[in-house]
Amino acid sequence: MFDDLTHYNFTLPTEWHGVYLPGLVPYVAIAFFLGFSLALVPFLVYMERVVIAFIQDRTGPNRVGPRGLLQTIADSIKLFFKEDIRPKSVDVRIYYLAPALATLTALAANAVLPAQFLYFKDAAGTILTVPFTVGDVNIGLLYILAMSSLQVYGVVLAGWSSNNKYSLLGGLRASAQLISYELSMGLALLCVVLLAGSLKLSDIVAAQNVKPFGIDSLSEVWKGSIFSWYWLGSLGVPVVLYTIAMIAETNRAPFDLPEAESELVAGFHTEYTSMKFAMFFMSEYISMLTVCGLNAAVFWGGPLPPLNIWPLNAVPGFLWFVLKIMLGIFCYIWLRGTVPRLRYDALMNLGWKRMLPIGLIWLFLLAGLNLLKEPNDGVMPPNPDAVPQVQVAQPTETGRD
Amino acid sequence: MVPTHYYLVLAGILFTIGVIGVLVKRNPIVIFMCVELMLNAANLTFVALGRHFGQTNGQMYVIFALAVAAAEVSVGLGIIVMMFRRRETIDIDEVHLLKN
Amino acid sequence: MAVLSIGSALMVVVSKNPVRSALFLVVTFLAVAVFYVTLSAQFLAAVQIMVYAGAIMVLFLFVIMLLNLSAPEALKERGTIQRPIALGLGGLFIAALVVSQALLQMPTPAASEEQIVNLGTVQTIGLSLYNPNLPWLFPFEITSILLLIAVVGAIVLAKRKLD
Repeated sequence: MFDDLTHYNFTLPTEWHGVYLPGLVPYVAIAFFLGFSLALVPFLVYMERVVIAFIQDRTGPNRVGPRGLLQTIADSIKLFFKEDIRPKSVDVRIYYLAPALATLTALAANAVLPAQFLYFKDAAGTILTVPFTVGDVNIGLLYILAMSSLQVYGVVLAGWSSNNKYSLLGGLRASAQLISYELSMGLALLCVVLLAGSLKLSDIVAAQNVKPFGIDSLSEVWKGSIFSWYWLGSLGVPVVLYTIAMIAETNRAPFDLPEAESELVAGFHTEYTSMKFAMFFMSEYISMLTVCGLNAAVFWGGPLPPLNIWPLNAVPGFLWFVLKIMLGIFCYIWLRGTVPRLRYDALMNLGWKRMLPIGLIWLFLLAGLNLLKEPNDGVMPPNPDAVPQVQVAQPTETGRD
Repeated sequence: MVPTHYYLVLAGILFTIGVIGVLVKRNPIVIFMCVELMLNAANLTFVALGRHFGQTNGQMYVIFALAVAAAEVSVGLGIIVMMFRRRETIDIDEVHLLKN
Repeated sequence: MAVLSIGSALMVVVSKNPVRSALFLVVTFLAVAVFYVTLSAQFLAAVQIMVYAGAIMVLFLFVIMLLNLSAPEALKERGTIQRPIALGLGGLFIAALVVSQALLQMPTPAASEEQIVNLGTVQTIGLSLYNPNLPWLFPFEITSILLLIAVVGAIVLAKRKLD
């Protein structure tokens, strides 16, 4: 599937002074993704301030540094020097564990995003394609969903360890919101997995590198183009579902009732000051980056350029990836400035009663369309247990008796 | 490749820890958690033996056991919550009769 | 890694605070997920984290926290006479297990091949699950009904009577 993924403009040698280069890719990728996530967060905070100010028709930060560029640094210095209060009756270890857990799982989910495809040419001349990921596991998508499930713990533990009834309830409500929208997110992603045939993120990107809808008569320009990405290939609805679910998962824009409560009554991070609060804040932005990255990789083609023509092709893939992430984040901030906040029961209503059925119906629809395209010709798939297997006891009827 | 019987011993140890937990603890929620621990130990045994014989049957069982455990946890916790609402205590030594 | 899982399982049983027990159980589940990966059951590892550590334990934590909210004193533990007996029996069982494993010869896996790495991938599991020749299709369909029954049951149990 990987042959002529894009017009590869340069290939790296496989061996370089005796070092096997494709083996180094995960380590370089770790450094890149860590650095990228952590370094982009201050920039994101600044960008958010500027864009919201623009939407709300006022000047943004303009005091600190030229056009307010040092604003985030000023903010972090302020947060750093704030007094680190710890209320006396909290459960100490859990209290310190919660923000760390939130940040850790957010960062860990970054590990499988495919930023680029690297091409290595070894001595025999064969091209080896390696995606620039920390680990290209063949359950890539499931791994990100699993890390999102673990992120719930950060919120729940923060709410509980604050030893404050309002915090606890706020934390439980926030985590209920997170769990509900995990379902819609999973269903939307499942639609894409159905089309791509694999959970590996690099396979999903490679499956978007075909001519739109498999029409062979189009010219090569349209290969891997914007019309063959899965936002169109899955007929539009799963992108919308996934985008709404991702905004709800990161507790942002119209779904940020847990955060707003922290300004009004209490929220799960009321009792957290200075660095711990900064860590929660950071974990929110990092998870924003992660889900936008997943959105870009799965629905919007990841490292693929919008058209397969020369100037766009020569731009390395990860720049396209970063550009798509930035566009996603711009939409995030745009929504924050524009749409009013959803009330909690309206939020739950949306998640369970509207998005879940739509996701299920769309899954069946896509499965049906897939079946129409390549009908089963009655050949039984091979039995993976190639050896004569031990006689498994047939399950008896599980009816009630 | 780690020999399979290491995994079996490990699963056995986890299982006994679960059993001890069920026998010793008084809080029914924690007892329930130890039951989950026992289920996990059994799942681990299945996967280890499945890999030993090179078949997927081990993992298939675990998938279903996982689904059934999820269902059972939700119902069981519902029972515990109801029990707690009735009597204001969930110390298992005091609620061991089915009356009320 | 084995030490981590056994240690956290012990802490589940030992710790007095039910929230700490729940958290140690989460650590145990994560350790078991790592074991699944070493046993080349990658799909199962991800599903374990998503379902057990991600959903079931969150449910446990919800219940513990809500019960703590209304009666914080109801969840403490006291020592009883059962403890030494349980510990003794448990120790005997573990000793028997270890001794038997040292003496036992595993039946030589005549069936174990070198394509074991592929054993747990999604494709393989999917082929086994949906194959009409293998017995796994029927439980798959029944499980969906089972989950539906569980959802209905949980809602019925937790409903308060509207007087």
